[in-house]
Formats: sequence, structure tokens, C-alpha cells
Amino acid sequence: MRALAWHGTHDVRVDTVPDPEIINPKDAIIKVTSTAICGSDLHLYDGVIPSMKSGDILGHEFMGEVVETGPKSTLEKGQRVVVPFTIACGCCFFCDKEQYSACDNTNPVEKQDMSETLYGKAMCGIFGYSHMTGGYSGGQAEYVRVPFSDVGPIVVPDGMEDDQALFLSDILPTGWMGAENADIEPGDTVAVWGCGPVGLFAAQSALLMGAERVISIDHHPQRLQLAKQIGADIIDFRRTDVREALMEMTGGIGPDAVIDAVGMEAHGFAVDNMMDVAKQKIGIGADRASALKQAILAVRKGGRVSMPGVYGGMTDKFPLGAFMEKGLTLKTGQTHVQRYLQPLMEKIQAGEIDTTWLISHRLPLEEAPRGYDQFKNNQNEWTKVVLKPGS
Amino acid sequence: MEKPPLRNQKGLLIALGAVVGIAGGLAGASSLAQRARMRHPHDDAPGRTARRSRFGGYAVTGKTVTIARPRHELYAFWRDFQNLPKFMENLESVRPTGPDRAVWTIAAPKGRTVDVETSIAEETENEIIAWRSIDGSDIDTEGRVTFREAPGDRGTHVELVVAWKPPGGEVGRMAAKLFRREPHVQARHDLKRFKMLMETGEIATSAHTSEKEG
Repeated sequence: MRALAWHGTHDVRVDTVPDPEIINPKDAIIKVTSTAICGSDLHLYDGVIPSMKSGDILGHEFMGEVVETGPKSTLEKGQRVVVPFTIACGCCFFCDKEQYSACDNTNPVEKQDMSETLYGKAMCGIFGYSHMTGGYSGGQAEYVRVPFSDVGPIVVPDGMEDDQALFLSDILPTGWMGAENADIEPGDTVAVWGCGPVGLFAAQSALLMGAERVISIDHHPQRLQLAKQIGADIIDFRRTDVREALMEMTGGIGPDAVIDAVGMEAHGFAVDNMMDVAKQKIGIGADRASALKQAILAVRKGGRVSMPGVYGGMTDKFPLGAFMEKGLTLKTGQTHVQRYLQPLMEKIQAGEIDTTWLISHRLPLEEAPRGYDQFKNNQNEWTKVVLKPGS
Repeated sequence: MEKPPLRNQKGLLIALGAVVGIAGGLAGASSLAQRARMRHPHDDAPGRTARRSRFGGYAVTGKTVTIARPRHELYAFWRDFQNLPKFMENLESVRPTGPDRAVWTIAAPKGRTVDVETSIAEETENEIIAWRSIDGSDIDTEGRVTFREAPGDRGTHVELVVAWKPPGGEVGRMAAKLFRREPHVQARHDLKRFKMLMETGEIATSAHTSEKEG
């Protein structure tokens, strides 16, 4: 089959590789019909995530048709499914608590050592995202092996287009959980740092959850325009003093909740790597690290901090004093995708949530390398790239 | 501070928890140290987690894992020693040679194997299985697995402790290399695979095809 493989920094290619096979009883093989490039894929592209190997197949946002099932899969051939980026077993303590991204049993044992050292514990397996999260082949390919297919994939109802359902795999539930973690109350003003897909979906979700006002912060004009379209007020941090503006826009109180949808994943997973990248890319690194700090300083006393943005290492100069003295609460974590699939699918069906407006470009799989290049270097216009294998 | 072998009628591993206590007792000869000991009561952690510990020349490793399955089920699976190679990386096979005896074939470097014959040293249904190499084995080893109810309906705490004293000579050199990883990492891996198998019925792999590792 054809698949988008990582070969090094800014070197991704569409290769011919062996078709995946059923290995474990709960496996299924999916023929991919749509797969997206995620913002977090760019950090693989930039070569800042350790434990990548040349030839690794990327992609953790995908959907398609079931073409083969293991004896204990609950899927049936011919079903159309969206597959969560987090692989969960559905049997362990964490899955039982619906903390699916903390699943104990899906990250292969021999892949867990680095996490054991860095974090004390390994999280669940993730498709196409380095060997630290399992080394699973991803979905930017014609076919994917989906382990534990009895737990993750959700069947797409007849008549629903791929574009309507695809983002259930990651960014829609991630934005939703980002808003949920802000514990929004009626009358709240919620500030969201970052108008990437997750930030935009978090803003949209916050409004659906009853926020009085959402203020989105970014600098790309097109992305700020999208935030405006979904009903958020906007701040361009290149033109405006963000803290000053937020204070004035909230009557001197500060936002009730803040959402960091920026993260500092670009700094990489490993501490050394993170420090090096920060040193090499002083401007970018410092900007990105500052989003969370700015959010903590801007939020009102007793406010809530939600952090869907991905962090991997450590950070210097964390405003711990402000955090403690103001009595803040922080909620974060990789998305428990399986928890949100059904309710969000119902909202899509009912017409309460539409995500298709985000897609700026649709490309055949063969053009994936161009998609990566443009998504990275032309962020203003390329807001979301969907690849169509087999087209 | 070479101490006499700790093996007694109860078996080394049964006594392991007390080893740090014994070491403390020896150090406590002076009254000053005794007073210090009174200010520092022994903690409740397993002896093997002490920062400095000696087990009479034995190397000891152990790990605990919580498995969301009932005790009797885990006990029954483990008690059938032929199941152990399903989740123990270095174990090629276990062949029963009598009601309480079995030959363990352990993978060694360069495709060789080492055989160890063990007998059951202690057994309490649904609670503990301990085994010990028979006299004259190439490797002097003991192992113990205990199954305890985990609090809060979380299933079972499974604790595996293995002690071994490799002999000299060629077999000893080979035996020293048996653990391809740090022994405590190996123990962690094996117990995690056991957990995966018991909780989900399969062991996670990211292999892409049945031939190539993922």
C-alpha cells in the first residue's frame, strides 16, 4: 500500500510499504477514506519529538471502512468508522473511570521505558506518534491496523459525510474537553489562547456550554477571522497588549476561565531536547512558552485554567506564586476521546455542531508532503488539511 | 559484611522482608545507634526497595502490579507454570516433571538455553506460590508471587519477587547475561504483560505485519 512515512526533519515521503495485517484478536483493518494532518504532526515534521524512526507511518486523525476483523473485534466488514487517536483497552482501571488516555494496556510494554523514566508512568498507545506512545503505524495511509477495535471506533451513520465526522478522531473532542475542563458557569468570560483547530473548537464548545463571552487570541488574520465567524471576540497579540485588553474587556476582573490551546510541544518530549530547541529557536520558543504564563496572570482570582495544549518536558519560570496566591485550578491531559465520541456524534447529527468550516484544503494522499510543507509554512491560509487516500 | 546464607526452612524469599531489619540489628550494637534507631522506626516498604540492602550474596528484584481481575483467576493461571512463557520474555518453556516440580528453560545469549529445575517451596491457594531451584541446579534461585485483594475493588495486587545467585564458570557467565535488561525492568515488563493478558486477553503490540516489529 501507499503511506506517508517520516524519514527525518522536514522529510516526509509517500512510500510503498507492506499492507497491515490482523495480529491480535481484537484488531481490525480499516481502509482509510479521510485522514487529516494535525498541528501536533508538525512537531514530528520539525523533528523535535524523540523516539521517531525512519519509515514510521504518521497520522492519528483518520476514518474509513472496515475491511477485515479479528475474531474478537466487534466491528463488521463494510462499516464506516471514525477511529480515536488514543488507543484504549476498555478493561483496565483507567478505562473504567473513562480516563481512556491513561489506559494501562495499549502502549506495548517495551515502548513504555522512556515514559517510565520521564513521567513515572506511560500513557496509552497513540497512532502514528513516535515510539514513546507505542510506535503504532498511523492513518495517513491506505490501510491501518486498529488494535482494540472493540473499544475505540465509532460507526458513522448513513448519510453523514466524511468531513462532518472526521474530527471526532481528535481535535473536536480535544477542543470540547478543553472547554469542559474550564468548568464554565453562566455569565462567564472565557479567554482562549491559540486559534488553531483545537483553540477554535474549544471556543466553539465554550459558547455551546453557556459561556457569555469567548475571547480568542492569535495573530494569523485568517484564523482570527474564523474565530469571529463562530462568535468569539478576538485579540491580535501582535497589535494589542493582551493582559491589559483582557482586564479592560472584563470590567477589571479578568476572564473567569482561560484555555491554553497553544502548548509548548514544539519543545519536544525530552528535557534536554526541549532545552535545546528553546535555545535554538529563542523567539518562537519563548513566545509559545509564554501563553500559559500569560493566561495564569490574566485569569481572575479563583479562576480556572484549562490546558489542552500539549507539553512534554519541563518549564522555567512558571508563575507558581500567582497560581497559588490567586487560588487557581488547573485541569489538563491528553483527550479521553472515547468518552466524548457518542455525545459529540449526536450533536453533529442534530446539527448543533458543524466542523466542516475548518477545512481549508483537501489533497490526495500522494500530495501529503506538500500538505505538510504548506500547513507549516503558510499557517494563515492552510488552517486544516484533509488527505484522501485512494483519490 | 558477608553474612551466612539466609536460606532457612521457610525459604529465603519468605525472609526477604525482614532482611533490612536484620542489617539494622547488626548496626545497632552501639547504644548511640540504638537510640538513633528508636528515632527512626523501620518503614513499611518492602526490603528490596531500600536504598542500601544486602541479601547474603543473592541478587533480588521484585515488582508489584495491580490487575483488575479476581485473585483466584490470576492464581490459577500462574499456578499452571506452562502459562508463564506467554508473558515472561526470557522464558522459553516450563515442563512439569512431577506434581511439584518443573524444568524452566531460559533463553540465553547466542541462541543457547539454561535449564533450571524447581520445586514448589510454599503454596497457599489464591494467595501465594513460591518456588526454589533444586539442589545442584546451574542457577541457585527462588521466586515468590503473592496475590492480595487490592483496596477499593481494584482487583488484585500481584507481587513478584525473584532472588538468584549465579555460580562461577561458563554457566555463571551465561546466567549473568540472562537478563537482557535491568532485572527490575525485566520484572516490570513481565508483570505488565501478565496484566495485559489477564485484563484484555491479549498483549499489546504495535507490529504492522505479523513478520515485522512495529
